[in-house]
Amino acid sequence: MIEKLFSITVLLGIISSGIRLATPYLFASIGEAFSQRSGVLNLGVEGQMILGAFAAFYVVMKTDSLLLGVLAAMGVGALMGLAMGFVSVTLQAKQGISGIGFYLFGLGMSNLLFQTLVGTVETVNGFSNVPIPLLNRIPVIGDLFFNQNILVYLAFLLVPIASFVLNKTTLGLKIRAVGENPEAADSLGVSVAKIRYFTTIFGGAMSGLSGASLSIALLNVFQLGMTAGQGFIAVALVYFGAWRPWGVLIGAMLFSLINGLQLWIQVLGVDIPSEFAVMMPYILTILVLTISRTKHTTPSALTKVFEREG
Amino acid sequence: MKSRLNAIFDALLPVFATLAALLVGTIMLIVLDVNPIVAYGALLNGAFGNSNAIAETLVKATPLLLVGLGICIAYRGNVINIGGEGQMIVGSILATWVGLHFTGLPGWLMILIAMLVGAVAGAIWAGIPGILKAYFNVNEILSTVMMNAIAVQLLNFVLTGPMIDPVQSKNASQIPQTARLEEAYRLPRLVPTRLHLGALFAVILAVLVYFLLWRTTLGYRIRAVGQSKTASRYAGIKVKRYIILALMLSGAFAGLAGVIQVYGVNFRMITDGSTSGFTGGAGYNGIVAALFGSLNPLLTIPASVLFGSLLVGANAMQRVTQVPSALITALNGLVVVFVVSSDIWRKKRQQKRLIVPLEEQVVTDQVSTKTEENVA
Repeated sequence: MIEKLFSITVLLGIISSGIRLATPYLFASIGEAFSQRSGVLNLGVEGQMILGAFAAFYVVMKTDSLLLGVLAAMGVGALMGLAMGFVSVTLQAKQGISGIGFYLFGLGMSNLLFQTLVGTVETVNGFSNVPIPLLNRIPVIGDLFFNQNILVYLAFLLVPIASFVLNKTTLGLKIRAVGENPEAADSLGVSVAKIRYFTTIFGGAMSGLSGASLSIALLNVFQLGMTAGQGFIAVALVYFGAWRPWGVLIGAMLFSLINGLQLWIQVLGVDIPSEFAVMMPYILTILVLTISRTKHTTPSALTKVFEREG
Repeated sequence: MKSRLNAIFDALLPVFATLAALLVGTIMLIVLDVNPIVAYGALLNGAFGNSNAIAETLVKATPLLLVGLGICIAYRGNVINIGGEGQMIVGSILATWVGLHFTGLPGWLMILIAMLVGAVAGAIWAGIPGILKAYFNVNEILSTVMMNAIAVQLLNFVLTGPMIDPVQSKNASQIPQTARLEEAYRLPRLVPTRLHLGALFAVILAVLVYFLLWRTTLGYRIRAVGQSKTASRYAGIKVKRYIILALMLSGAFAGLAGVIQVYGVNFRMITDGSTSGFTGGAGYNGIVAALFGSLNPLLTIPASVLFGSLLVGANAMQRVTQVPSALITALNGLVVVFVVSSDIWRKKRQQKRLIVPLEEQVVTDQVSTKTEENVA
């Protein structure tokens, strides 16, 4: 049974699922990396994702416009990010716990809206695969990497862009300064509050987009609680990736390859109880958090409230 | 006098936060084209309308209180345990196994053994994130959430495999549930409703946890570590040990909550596959109750009753007005957000108090801590 897993077709299948499954993590984790780099731990990612997933699904169901669906998801996520920013920057609330509050809110709200507005399981016409001319004809790899839906390309493109913004632009410098030493940044005239609002709103929009990539690209349905902890895993991946977009990419790929493997184990009926297969990614997350030495790279001001001395 | 007013105001902040959340709920109900008075009326009636309703509310409140007590301990130690759900599951898996495996013991003995087993199992399940936090600097919020997901899978596994009800394993339907515990092993009922001894037990434990936190060295040290790790280290407190202990104690209470849910309410473990089933989300809602009770074990008692009533009432509301009970989940989330946000007003007043001249300040500080404890 086990040897079945190592045939070429299955390996390619695992990689292909891995790439697609990495998409929601990439969006959410990179958004979260920005907000954590500026010093705000947003634990409400899961709630933003599921509300985003619903918004995208509902808008696409009603209008058949994928663009509107994506925008709706990002808008809902951004609104929740704005709320998160208000609570943690202006009201200086404890970030960990308030994030859990936003998670519960998103979970309950998406459930409520789904039951009142949709009710039954319905599918939508989501993003279809767009082969990239020429590149998709490269044997083996072509089909894997260059025959995916637009959101997959977008997620992978986001990595170099995010890395560039964080490391090479003034905005990135400000974000990092605010997250490392808000007092110093403030004395140089950088508005700590403005930067943190920006990153939480951006992070929220990315989480919403991440939800959309589930409900209108990967699965094309909305189910209650469909994010199933992926938002929390996305937060864990930020730690794993040491707050760097490229690190997040490695984490997301590793994680979703394991997830892909897990799916294939179930498909092939390998003699492992499926529950244990489903458990693997979570156990892996804990292991990864344990071995990644995060102490030195953690943004110094993460979760710390900044108050201007009057 | 003024400081007493302040203390009362501080204690009332969660109430204001809840009123704000209910206000948002009112707006949502109006948007959903439901009369808020009818909806909230149905909720209130469902939760307190008759003796049966009140009993159901208290039954629902019991696991919230037990989980909440653990949360009080952990959060006082500045350890954010989100893993109540997983700790409940693992505690009750082992306690249920013990109850089904060893038959013919006196009821009180088995219930005692089951509670012990459940508490230890919950403590161990919480101890893993504790050790990871203390020695490997792993964020406990994330690790406890992961441990929840693992526990849910474990539950699905044992309820469809090793521990499935023999009757179900023969049936085609194969409902994922265990066999029922024998009559003798069930927690005694208090009045002719579903209200069981566990509710009383939880209240007694709340008083004990209050004493643990404010009248024992262990409690003092947990709170000291929660206030400042550095200062505690200088004072010679083994910080790592108390981080782990705080999480393990917290897990033990969640484990107990699971045991009492099985031995007092369902008499078996059952799941619907997607979420955790028999826990009814108490692992999360207990956090809400504890936060609402300002992390004070005694205030967590009325807070649990409040949230128990919301959960029971939400179902009644759904029956009467067709508004999904998920509305209450969303409002619970808002309550958490509002409660932690309202903290800023308490802090601001504290800062104001600090500005008064030094001598006076020492006196008011003493008074204010005293009154806070009295109110608490």
